[in-house]
Amino acid sequence: MKNYKYSEITPEKFYNKRRKFIKSLGLGLGSLTLSSMSLLNNAHSSENSSELTSYKDITTYNNYYEFGTGKGDPYKNSQKFKVRPWNISIEGEVESPITLSADEIISLYPSEERIYRLRCVEGWSMVIPWMGFSLSKLLSTVSIKTEAKFVEFESIYDPDQMNGQKYPLLNWPYREGLRIDEAMHPLTTVVTGLYGKALPNQNGAPLRIFVPWKYGFKSAKAIVKIKLVKKMPTSSWMKASPREYGFYSNVNPNVSHPRWSQASERVVGGSLLTPRVKTQMFNGYGDEVANLYSGMDLKKYF
Amino acid sequence: MLRQINQSYLKVVIFTLCLVPIFYIIYQILSNQLGPEPIKDITHHTGKWTLYFIVITLAMTPLKKITKLNIWINYRRMFGLFIFFYASVHLMTYVGLDYRFDLTSIGNDIVKKKYIFIGFSAWLLLIPLAVTSNKRMIKILKNKWKKLHRLIYLISLFGAIHYLWLVKRDITEPLMFLGAILILLAFRLKFKTN
Repeated sequence: MKNYKYSEITPEKFYNKRRKFIKSLGLGLGSLTLSSMSLLNNAHSSENSSELTSYKDITTYNNYYEFGTGKGDPYKNSQKFKVRPWNISIEGEVESPITLSADEIISLYPSEERIYRLRCVEGWSMVIPWMGFSLSKLLSTVSIKTEAKFVEFESIYDPDQMNGQKYPLLNWPYREGLRIDEAMHPLTTVVTGLYGKALPNQNGAPLRIFVPWKYGFKSAKAIVKIKLVKKMPTSSWMKASPREYGFYSNVNPNVSHPRWSQASERVVGGSLLTPRVKTQMFNGYGDEVANLYSGMDLKKYF
Repeated sequence: MLRQINQSYLKVVIFTLCLVPIFYIIYQILSNQLGPEPIKDITHHTGKWTLYFIVITLAMTPLKKITKLNIWINYRRMFGLFIFFYASVHLMTYVGLDYRFDLTSIGNDIVKKKYIFIGFSAWLLLIPLAVTSNKRMIKILKNKWKKLHRLIYLISLFGAIHYLWLVKRDITEPLMFLGAILILLAFRLKFKTN
């Protein structure tokens, strides 16, 4: 495994901007370096992820059907989207349900930089320097009952602001889910920003989930509800096409989507001459997460 | 005489116009204007123009019947060849640029992915039409030529279905192509029964 210095992989202008941002948050540079180094190592357990995707590509090339189905639509159509005031309720099978504002969550749980690979089910990938913290920290505040086996995430429903929700492309609001052990895994992140800045609307502001070893659609954006449940939730994509989108949707080069192969991917931002790269099991996070699925037939539970 | 000059002049103009989409994408490549997934952009652009040329080609006969002008038919074969041209660039983008001639992966895709299977089949079916689209072959094949070239009906449907099957969720555009093709094919049934 290769160790990268923070400054080696980050474009300088962003590096400087981020330093300023972190300082303004009152976090010491020391803690920043420490936290980002360990996560960098995570990101680089996969050999083909040495370069961060540019801020421009991350923020202008998005799948976010609430704002349109074109990749450029979310950027174009989300700029006026109101992300304050914003409340998120944590409810269901918990001892103490709670509703917190986005600002409360952001200030209660310090964000750290987490550089993760994003693999879209469509066969493209990015490397994104998110800001965020482990979802397990947030969930530990509500005392989860033992009956809770799954977590359901619900995104906002606001067709006046989200033009895409006026059409029944998916059953709105967008829903996703994780098994409880997946949700409690330290890699499962509540995202508050990227490139050291607040999270742009088109990337799921004010708060989104990110699950690095699963296809991108598993990571719900603009969440308003986190519900602990007994039964496996049906996600929006499962409902749309159960044959194509399973509950687990772990990145898996050996299980191809009915319509496209998942064996390789295109790294976003490359030129015409950049070759495809091989997709890795669990998106390269197998060391961390494979044990969650020991004994499971991942072809069946795709 | 004057009419003839005008006609061949017109043909050159139309031929040049048909090349605009390929020059446009080349210009975008050279000036670095393609998006974060440039190969996908080229694939989609050439695929879409293949479908546009299918619609244009299929529209010539109905236009002839409606306007009672034969001039439309003069360009039909040229438009048809542009279907083959754009389909071939489309295929080569996928084979050469995207998969770098990784024939194992491509073979797997063709066999296992139905949208690739039907798209590749459509391209194969275009080959006999492309090779027989000169005057000499028309003379040699005579009546059979017309029959053979009716394959374009099947190819056009394959093309639209190829697009329909590959789209993830928003099928508006593929349905528009499929609808246009079905209407143009229905014209032929109508004129036959008349």
